[in-house]
Amino acid sequence: MKNKVVLYFSAAQSEQPIIYRLVKNYDLVVNILKADINPQKQGYLVVEMEGEKDKYQEGISFLKGLGVIVESLSETVVWQEDVCIQCGACASFCPTEALEINRETMEISFNNSKCVVCGMCLDCCPTRAITLHFDIRGLV
Amino acid sequence: MTCKKTYEEINEKIRQGEAVVVTAEEVIGIVEEKGYERAAKEIDVVTTGTFGPMCSSGAFINFGHSNPRIKMKKVWLNGVEAYAGIAAVDAYLGAAQLPDTDPENKVYPGRFSYGGGHVIHDLVAGKEIRLEATAYGTDCYPNKKVDTIITLNDVNEAFIFNPRNAYQNYNCAVNLGDRTLYTYMGILKPHLGNASYATAGQLSPLLNDPYYKTLGIGTRIFLGGGIGYVAWNGTQHHPNVLRGENGVPMATAGTLSVIGDLKQMDPNWLVGLSYIGYGATMAVGIGIPIPILDEEILRYTAVKDEDIYCPIVDYNEGYPYSKPIDLGLANFKALKSGKIIINGKEIKTTSQSSYPRARIIAATLKQWIQDGTFELIRPVAPIPSAEADIEFKSIPERSVEGFFLNGNGRD
Ligand code: SF4
Ligand code: SF4
Repeated sequence: MKNKVVLYFSAAQSEQPIIYRLVKNYDLVVNILKADINPQKQGYLVVEMEGEKDKYQEGISFLKGLGVIVESLSETVVWQEDVCIQCGACASFCPTEALEINRETMEISFNNSKCVVCGMCLDCCPTRAITLHFDIRGLV
Repeated sequence: MTCKKTYEEINEKIRQGEAVVVTAEEVIGIVEEKGYERAAKEIDVVTTGTFGPMCSSGAFINFGHSNPRIKMKKVWLNGVEAYAGIAAVDAYLGAAQLPDTDPENKVYPGRFSYGGGHVIHDLVAGKEIRLEATAYGTDCYPNKKVDTIITLNDVNEAFIFNPRNAYQNYNCAVNLGDRTLYTYMGILKPHLGNASYATAGQLSPLLNDPYYKTLGIGTRIFLGGGIGYVAWNGTQHHPNVLRGENGVPMATAGTLSVIGDLKQMDPNWLVGLSYIGYGATMAVGIGIPIPILDEEILRYTAVKDEDIYCPIVDYNEGYPYSKPIDLGLANFKALKSGKIIINGKEIKTTSQSSYPRARIIAATLKQWIQDGTFELIRPVAPIPSAEADIEFKSIPERSVEGFFLNGNGRD
């Protein structure tokens, strides 16, 4: 299985070779997407972890056992209406009609509740009006 | 009696605040209600608009001199090089120019996040821009280096001069291959995954005056949110193509070269664009007023999306390798509905030009004319139309022995 998770940790935990252990002991492929660690060695990592289901679960248990707070990553797509030029290029790439053109006015709108964060629309927007945001809470 | 009006009569009405001005969308309904003859009598001006990527765009800038003076050999604005092979502190910044450090397509598909079009947008938005220039130094121009910060207010002149804008019609791009293509028509999904189209259709300037009977050199227009002028026909102007009974070309045809003072433009109408895998460019807003000189002109402006067709072109092999692959024509109304049929298959359409923005341009121009702040200009010379025998050339491929390999010889 493959998942994106946020790992929040404190100074004591960050002293340990967490990623090394995940790879070595649990055979997981770990891809660091974002990291923010302050001088007091507190912070978070956004990682994509991939591995066999059992190993993955064991890896997560290992992290929790160390006191690392593990949360599944919530990503949100943000449509900046003031940057959008209403070209309509994104609509045909959106599988859920979260981005949709009103065929009467040819205006585009974004309905957040329909968005499944597949990311299909990100590359095709020439003004980069659509962006992906990681939802990270404050330091724990 | 057939109705005839002159530019002067229409301008007099504009000055009196009596001109009847409608957009190229509104005229359709008026004609349906009143017929051509009455509509031609009543309407004085029809306004058009288009807003989409136009790569062949850029700005001439004169920076003023440094002290000591400099003859710039190379110039960069926010790291994007401008052409400096003209007088000492003049340069031309092209919309599609990339920073020297751009990774381009080395990591494919490249992102092309910033380019000349973005610099022009930032300039018009009043932002601070880093100006760097190098020179070899002469007795009259001893300085060899400039590295400073400027804004649009700091330069002497800055004017847009776009060699090819407002394409009269454009290809509908598809992908017959089996991998995703990244093109100037956006992302094209394999196996006819989508069909990408451009222009504002029934609102588009050159589709409303298909034989360029009222617009020519000197025509005053809406350009980038301010006022501009038609300078010449555009590059690749190719008016003698297949046309429908309504005169509308069924292929890429006429183009315009336009000019205007950047200092009175608006960043909303000059927007830097990043086409993944292709490059950077700029969306340019253009609107052209069409004087209803007679009923014939009115008939042209009443063109509807369903009367406009464009060729469907394969961008896997057809376009890049100039292979003739006939996929037929796409109707503009169908394109705007979101789906067209190609080879019996229903295909989603992807638009590249902004129809809502085109509508705002036509409405803005209408407002300017109604307010009396924008008068029409009779062209000082025409641009070549369908009867002109313009040949569409490509680069001759010559062998060392001097034979032409692709049949494109010079006479
Ligand atoms: S992320 Fe996917 S679902 Fe959400 S708006 Fe973009 S294309 Fe649509
Ligand atoms: S592709 Fe970008 S600019 Fe175009 S309509 Fe979608 S969000 Fe707006």
